[in-house]
Amino acid sequence: MNMGKMKDLPIGGVITEGGTAHEYVTGGWRKLRPVLDKDKCTDCLICWVMCPDSAIIVEDGKMVGFDLEHCKGCGICAEECPDKVKAIKMEEETG
Amino acid sequence: MAVTMVKKQAGLTGNSAVAYAMKQINPDVCAAYPITPSTQIMEDFSSYVADGKVDTELITAESEHSAMSACIGASAAGARVMTATSSQGLALMWEMLYIASGLRLPIVLANVNRALSAPINIHCDHSDSMGARDSGWIQIYSETVQEAYDNLFQAVRIAESEKVLLPVMVCLDGFITSHAIENISLLEDAEVSQFVGGYKAQHPMLDTDNPVTYGAMTLPDSYIIFKHQQSEAIGRAKDVVVEVGKEFGNRFGREYGLMEKYRLDDADVAIVILSSAAGTTKVAVDELRAKGKKVGLLRPRLFRPFPFKEIADALKSIKAVACLDRVDSFSGFGSPLFNEIRSTLYEFEKRPKVINKIFGLGGRDYKVKDAVGVFEELLKIAETGKVETLIKYITL
Repeated sequence: MNMGKMKDLPIGGVITEGGTAHEYVTGGWRKLRPVLDKDKCTDCLICWVMCPDSAIIVEDGKMVGFDLEHCKGCGICAEECPDKVKAIKMEEETG
Repeated sequence: MAVTMVKKQAGLTGNSAVAYAMKQINPDVCAAYPITPSTQIMEDFSSYVADGKVDTELITAESEHSAMSACIGASAAGARVMTATSSQGLALMWEMLYIASGLRLPIVLANVNRALSAPINIHCDHSDSMGARDSGWIQIYSETVQEAYDNLFQAVRIAESEKVLLPVMVCLDGFITSHAIENISLLEDAEVSQFVGGYKAQHPMLDTDNPVTYGAMTLPDSYIIFKHQQSEAIGRAKDVVVEVGKEFGNRFGREYGLMEKYRLDDADVAIVILSSAAGTTKVAVDELRAKGKKVGLLRPRLFRPFPFKEIADALKSIKAVACLDRVDSFSGFGSPLFNEIRSTLYEFEKRPKVINKIFGLGGRDYKVKDAVGVFEELLKIAETGKVETLIKYITL
């Protein structure tokens, strides 16, 4: 959504189109970054189910990585990755 | 008892008249929870729903907080929404009142004025709606059953005006107006539907082809923008109230403005008072006028937005004014009418003396002799220029 001039914003704080959360980059809030070890990953997609920010990128049914513009680093994916697999590790953001 | 046949004239209580007006408006959704003295509104209206006289979806909520929440959801969905409450019911809606106005939802609420607890009391005063005076709702106060009935139709038009888009509260006095039978003129259903017209929401949530979000978070960069828009909208409502009142008058012969002035133009002193107590005061005005005393009355009809310019013009050449509040705002410096009117008149170098009387709390009788007493005090102030007590309880 183009915010345009602030005074012309739709009244009542209504957002007049769908899907705008995608444009709002929240990755900057992250303190821990998820790192995937693709050799261990079984593509069970539990991380994709559990991620509260829809930040797990899946292509052709395979887990391929993270949308770091929206991942807030909560670590749920690493926690939920099955004990026998543990393909995701949380690492300190350095930047 | 619900009105079952359409007559031009009918003897109705304030509550039955409001319910009948709601039937004629035929809102899409009505969510409510019963509370004395407004219960009969929803009782009558639920009969209209049960008898298939309206198309309304009636939601019987488990509390007023839920009732107002359902009204908000329905209004955001694109429905024309109405409800009714009183006293503690309005108090329980409090949190949601601000959300209705902040989201710019044109909900119409009939508030039958009743005192707030404690001590518990079911009778009339204005502590409920006056507590909500800064909630961003437009507030219209009705003197009579006829006016309450007529105000409902106008409220729909005012709320839904593109210049406004804000919720409206129509207030009438508990028991005094809500339960007293008055012979009133009814409009025909067709006249009502022509006057109120259809409602098309700008951003209905149920339009799935055009998805929208209501209630999103706003941060320090934008919250103030929306509040500024809201502030300007409620300011614009004043002119819309006048336009709609004029149109109503042209169509149906009963014109309404921002206020009623009764024998005020050449008055030396005046009482400013809201709602049904104005009727009692008019009797006192007539009695004193018959004795040659130049007394008058101003009854604001619109309290929010406060028509400060027009009220100042009406009062600036009066010598002494008493604002009679049926509420104590416990500010230590008088009550709402007094605060607004005294502040309004500060602009003028030559201005009336303004005093405050707090009266009739919890339904305590306000009699003609009480009004006469206030007028006599005002006449003395006008003569001497001296105010003995600025703020005082009367009818004790």
